[in-house]
Amino acid sequence: MLEESRRGVVRDSLSVGIAVGAYGVAFGASSVAAGLSVLQTALLSLLAFTGGTQFAVVGVISGGGTLGTVLSSGLLLGARNTLYAMRLAPLLQVRGVRRFVAAQGTIDESTAMALARRDRALSRVAFWWTFASIYLFWNATTLAGAIGAQALGDPAKFGLDAVVPAAFLALLAPRLRAGNIERRIAAGAAVIALILIPLTPPGVPVLASSAAVLLGGVLR
Amino acid sequence: MNLWVLVLTTAAGCYALKLAGYLVPARVLDVPRVRRIVELLPVALLSALVVVELVASGRHLQWDGPRLAGFGAGAFAVWLRAPFLAVVVIAAVVAGLLRLLV
Repeated sequence: MLEESRRGVVRDSLSVGIAVGAYGVAFGASSVAAGLSVLQTALLSLLAFTGGTQFAVVGVISGGGTLGTVLSSGLLLGARNTLYAMRLAPLLQVRGVRRFVAAQGTIDESTAMALARRDRALSRVAFWWTFASIYLFWNATTLAGAIGAQALGDPAKFGLDAVVPAAFLALLAPRLRAGNIERRIAAGAAVIALILIPLTPPGVPVLASSAAVLLGGVLR
Repeated sequence: MNLWVLVLTTAAGCYALKLAGYLVPARVLDVPRVRRIVELLPVALLSALVVVELVASGRHLQWDGPRLAGFGAGAFAVWLRAPFLAVVVIAAVVAGLLRLLV
């Protein structure tokens, strides 16, 4: 019985890995379009390994942001992984070297899959298998997208400039469906960005939009 | 901007953020308000990124027809809860075709 549910968890984890792989193609392509080399793009996926941050970094680079604005928007998006790690630490009970490996795999999907299981042993199976399958597919598809975009040349010709905002919207959509506060924050952030684009250096509009959280989140 | 510096500091920063959650005692950071803000930050940043990627060209607003149309088609697909890959392909095809034809 336990063996059977274990197999189910592994199957679910693998399908999450394949689904997330599709994002990797879009990341690889937009990263090369933003001016990063194939090697730099691949290293971001291998080392940073957290989709939202990676997309934000290349998004702000392509907009002409400075090192400071690119880094701060990327790391602000990565800060939620710290919270995930705090949730996972008592569940995974990792020590020694395994803790340093588990840290790299602490992202949206692996956390969600692990927390979805009631049984602690199954939670661990879900975490490690989701991490492994996403790591494999995400890095493979990043490379494919980067090499593909490099071969295609001008990204605008293939409509890639429309893909990037649509991809961000797709990433945002589940949060918009989550509640009113989320929708208010998203609307506020969009307005802040729109107003600041002509007034501030590139990169600042995205960073400044985080103020919308204080307006929407703390007033509750 | 040196892209290598950027890539390596991003990688180091992201890993440090993840590791911190395992090393720092939970009670230090686990304040409800902090948790709430960190959970909601991606909503604001992603929304701003949609706007910036859609209409910003440096410090100018640029309303590019094919790009807006491609994004609109992709947004419609998102609204219909189409899978990610379909959203990406629809946005690219609409923008690419319009640019080819107009």
